[in-house]
Amino acid sequence: MTTLLQLSGASRHFGGLKAVSRVDLSVDRGEVIGLIGPNGAGKTTLVNVITGVHPATAGTVRFAGEDVTRQSPWQAARRGIARTFQIVQPFPEMTVLENVTAGALFAGGMAYGEHARAAALEHLRFVGLADVAGKRAAALTIAMRKRLELAKGLAMNPKLLLLDEVNAGLNSTEIDQALALIRAIAARGVTILIIEHLMKVVLNLCSRIVVLHHGKLIASGDPQSIVRDPRVVQAYLGRRYADAHH
Amino acid sequence: MKCGVLVGLLGLASLCALPLGVEAYWLRLGTTMLMYGVLAMSWNFIGGMAGYPSFASAAFFGLGAYAGAVAQKFGLSMFLAWGLAGASAALFAAALGFALLRLRGHYFAIASLVVAEVLREVVNSATNLTGGGMGLNLPVPQMASIADQARFFYYAMLGVAALTFGAVLITQRSRLGFGLRCIQQNESAADMLGVNTTLYKVNAFILSGVFVGIAGAVYASWVHYIEPPDVFDVLYSIKPIVMVLLGGAGTLYGPLIGAVLFLSLEELVWRNYISVHTGVLGLLIVLLVLFLPKGILAFRLRRA
Repeated sequence: MTTLLQLSGASRHFGGLKAVSRVDLSVDRGEVIGLIGPNGAGKTTLVNVITGVHPATAGTVRFAGEDVTRQSPWQAARRGIARTFQIVQPFPEMTVLENVTAGALFAGGMAYGEHARAAALEHLRFVGLADVAGKRAAALTIAMRKRLELAKGLAMNPKLLLLDEVNAGLNSTEIDQALALIRAIAARGVTILIIEHLMKVVLNLCSRIVVLHHGKLIASGDPQSIVRDPRVVQAYLGRRYADAHH
Repeated sequence: MKCGVLVGLLGLASLCALPLGVEAYWLRLGTTMLMYGVLAMSWNFIGGMAGYPSFASAAFFGLGAYAGAVAQKFGLSMFLAWGLAGASAALFAAALGFALLRLRGHYFAIASLVVAEVLREVVNSATNLTGGGMGLNLPVPQMASIADQARFFYYAMLGVAALTFGAVLITQRSRLGFGLRCIQQNESAADMLGVNTTLYKVNAFILSGVFVGIAGAVYASWVHYIEPPDVFDVLYSIKPIVMVLLGGAGTLYGPLIGAVLFLSLEELVWRNYISVHTGVLGLLIVLLVLFLPKGILAFRLRRA
């Protein structure tokens, strides 16, 4: 396996606040890796550091062997880093199909025209939204908008997919559907970094889990050793969870 | 779609035929209407498609007028001078765009509003080149009659309008137009999706400047004499916005419909209420924007 993403001492400070502090993390191609931690631990900031929204103030980010620490978000997108947002970000007055076509055009590098639209429709079929392709994105339910985010991400033809709480706000049936979908995406060989609060999802999907607390990486390992790690139990999972799972 | 093409061709044919049988008053009105059309369609690139409320039209218009006039003062032929005016407006828009388009919303609007004022002062003080406050005379094209001249400038403005319309048509069916719509809907999402937002916005700004610059130069040749308060008038920034809002922002025909409508209102009100015409016009605009916030075209769509 080769390394796809490599953070070395990556930090992001906002004035005096160390949102992300000296994080070392390397992600191999084809991995599905879970990023967990309490609210305010810096998980979303870490994603922002990787995608260039808030570039690292110290340390480096390497992607596919290239130093991308100072890239802009649109450059990250074209290099093959796609992300979904915790709060979904569709183009509200454009159709569902147009939303996905945008991903295929600008990040996926397709030419403007029928081809891009056909590819977009294919992705919509994959996530189960082909029936609403002609609807305005604003008219979709939350669960559908989350799927739309996934379809947009896929249309970008990503090497690395960053999923920021794609399951937040979904009911348990919808979560099961989303899980199946993410597994199908991973099966295509896309490397996935998933931020998630639901341990059920993380334990189900991930081959490895990393834990962020106060901006620092406090643990990294396979799911079973992470849920037993006393530091993780203290910082995030809590005694009750740990006891229930032993 | 086919119906639209037919209507477009009919419109173009009647525009071409107009000078054949009308008095000078209507011809002058027609030329002004085409000029307004150029301004409105141009503003639509940055204001309608990209969603950036620009007040820079007057700057492009005045810059084009003076670039054309000064070039002719140095002996350049009229057509070349018009081309040069367009090129200067485009270059200016590019440089200005990279500086201003980092600002969003109101901040961009305010910054773009100031540009025309700055240019006006620059032109005012560069007396050697521009004649300053005394204005600048332009060579009158040698033609058989005054009527021929009026017809010539009508067709010249029609040419600029057709060029602008063509650019709108091409942009709306291209990657650029699609990217601009993404920016207008949600700029940070567009950025995350791989749209080079700064470059796209600068391109939209250039498109919103180049044809206005040419129109300014044609206007200067048409009226033979320009002075800073005339061509850098803030109304050249405000009128196109009102026209586009009247017709429908971001649409293909909206700016044209808005331009025709606005000029008709302006003429009607001006003729009948000369002493209070700006007040009446302002009231009409407020009412129209209040009750038709998405323009005339949206009204049609809503009923359909």
